[in-house]
Amino acid sequence: MPELTIDEVQIAIAGRHTTATALAHDFYERIRKEDPGIGAYLTVCNDRALAQAARIDAMAAEGKPLPPLGGVPVAIKDVMVTNGVRTTAGSKILENFIPPYDCTAVARLEAAGAVILGKLNCDEFAMGSSNENSAYHVVHNPRDKSRVPGGSSGGSAAAVAAEMAVATLGSDTGGSIRQPASFCGVVGLKPTYGRVSRYGLIAFASSLDHIGPFAKTVKEVALVLRIIAGRDPMDSTSAEVPVPDYVAELEKPVKGLKVGVPKEYFGSGLDPEVGAAVESAIQELAGLGCEVVPLSLPHTEYAVPTYYIVATAEASANLARFDGVRYGYRAKANTLSEMYRLTRDGGFGMEVKRRIMLGTYVLSAGYYDAYYLKAQKVRTLLTRDFDEAFKKVDVIAAPTCPTPAFRLGEKVNDPLAMYLADIYTVTANLAGIPGISVPCGENHEKLPIGLQLFARHFDEATLLRVAHAYEQSRKPT
Amino acid sequence: MKVTDKDVAYVADLANLELTEEERAHMLRDLNSILEYMERLSELETDQVAPMAQVSDRYGKNNDESRQGSDRFAYAIREDVKGGLRESLPQDVAVKNAPDTDGTFFEVPKVIERQ
Repeated sequence: MPELTIDEVQIAIAGRHTTATALAHDFYERIRKEDPGIGAYLTVCNDRALAQAARIDAMAAEGKPLPPLGGVPVAIKDVMVTNGVRTTAGSKILENFIPPYDCTAVARLEAAGAVILGKLNCDEFAMGSSNENSAYHVVHNPRDKSRVPGGSSGGSAAAVAAEMAVATLGSDTGGSIRQPASFCGVVGLKPTYGRVSRYGLIAFASSLDHIGPFAKTVKEVALVLRIIAGRDPMDSTSAEVPVPDYVAELEKPVKGLKVGVPKEYFGSGLDPEVGAAVESAIQELAGLGCEVVPLSLPHTEYAVPTYYIVATAEASANLARFDGVRYGYRAKANTLSEMYRLTRDGGFGMEVKRRIMLGTYVLSAGYYDAYYLKAQKVRTLLTRDFDEAFKKVDVIAAPTCPTPAFRLGEKVNDPLAMYLADIYTVTANLAGIPGISVPCGENHEKLPIGLQLFARHFDEATLLRVAHAYEQSRKPT
Repeated sequence: MKVTDKDVAYVADLANLELTEEERAHMLRDLNSILEYMERLSELETDQVAPMAQVSDRYGKNNDESRQGSDRFAYAIREDVKGGLRESLPQDVAVKNAPDTDGTFFEVPKVIERQ
């Protein structure tokens, strides 16, 4: 039963072939059987899910039209707060935190009829590229359980890949949606900065954090985006830009669109099998009538250092709120100052401490200009690269990651090697442009490979249209 | 080595972290290797480049870096709403997650000045 798309769920419920309640039970049964070997879920919220399912079933029984996601089982990365449902951010410091309100994106999904099954594992405070920084347990890649699912939204990608949710939400600060989507063989979208409200997203790096959907197909991702996108007065960075009907836009032709191919994304460090799969995907787009345009994004090699300065600086400020006073873990201590230190020492994991230290260092007196201000200036140059490129092309095509999923434990002791796994994804966060990862093949070990596409600010319609056209042309092979 | 033991201790203090001896040794090694990698930004000439704090100030028609000062953040301005955009949480709900509370206030250990 769980091998369903959003469309199929809608048809099954509307046609009275199943009920939202039966479907929720099916998914919980699957989670009970499969998740011990994967580790995607941190918390399940049966009461909330079944109450919502009963509401949908009552509507169906009365013959009322169902809302767009009526009865669709979904799950949420545990960095988005959920009223009455434990939210940990993958950290011990929030082990017993029960938020008193809902993240806007979660509330919008539920208002559209989705059934929220539970909360998904991730790297602590979304800091990581392998999900190995979760304070609870690692996530195994459903395609090869000896490998990482990617991170930081590893649970969100794995839950979709293992059919333990029809769609999920993740967050992407430097590639944390697209990279795990690529590693697990599913579709993951990071929308434009400002497209989706972050109200209720536990902040990591506020100028880089995005919320976005995962699903098995581009069409489902388009449907979920339409639900969660749009201005929210509770997030002043959410944009007053109209939300198109992304699903309707999918069917427009792609013939004549210009697809840019940046040479910097095909250099040394790119796994040859990944490179070949992405090249062949680009040929496929050419076959659909797109014009392939070679181009250069000349500052690409500076993206990772720029990103890790900006991201850690913002993180060091955002994580100052975890001090043991208002919520979360508190260490026993005799004085306030000692309490702060022991709480943070005991509550945060090593990668979080490393990033707080790095961020505090680059913002500290004497180093601010050399690191933080410098990175902000290079951020302008990286953004201008895209501005120039999008004068010539409509979308840009590249690999999502330099390699397929690596092995659990392979990079845990080398933070810099782990940071370099983000080399093709971080620039879209710095520039704020939308990016998507779509499966484009497998390597000789049957590990999935992802094609990454970028588009202009707020042009998710074109991005999704090209991704959908590619996906349709690939199957059935 | 750019970063010294003393720097690690100083930054940990700023960040309200204590860190064990072992963690300090790791930090020293990791910060040096990461910062060395970040040094490559100095290859770029950026004297005439405006810093970019975030993406939203590039929204709209003038996304050409031409807007200055608060004008760059005009998108974030909204009407005042009496009582706020959302009702405040009741007090008992607001303190519910606190590790220590008397039901009205958050309680913390004695405040003693750091030496």
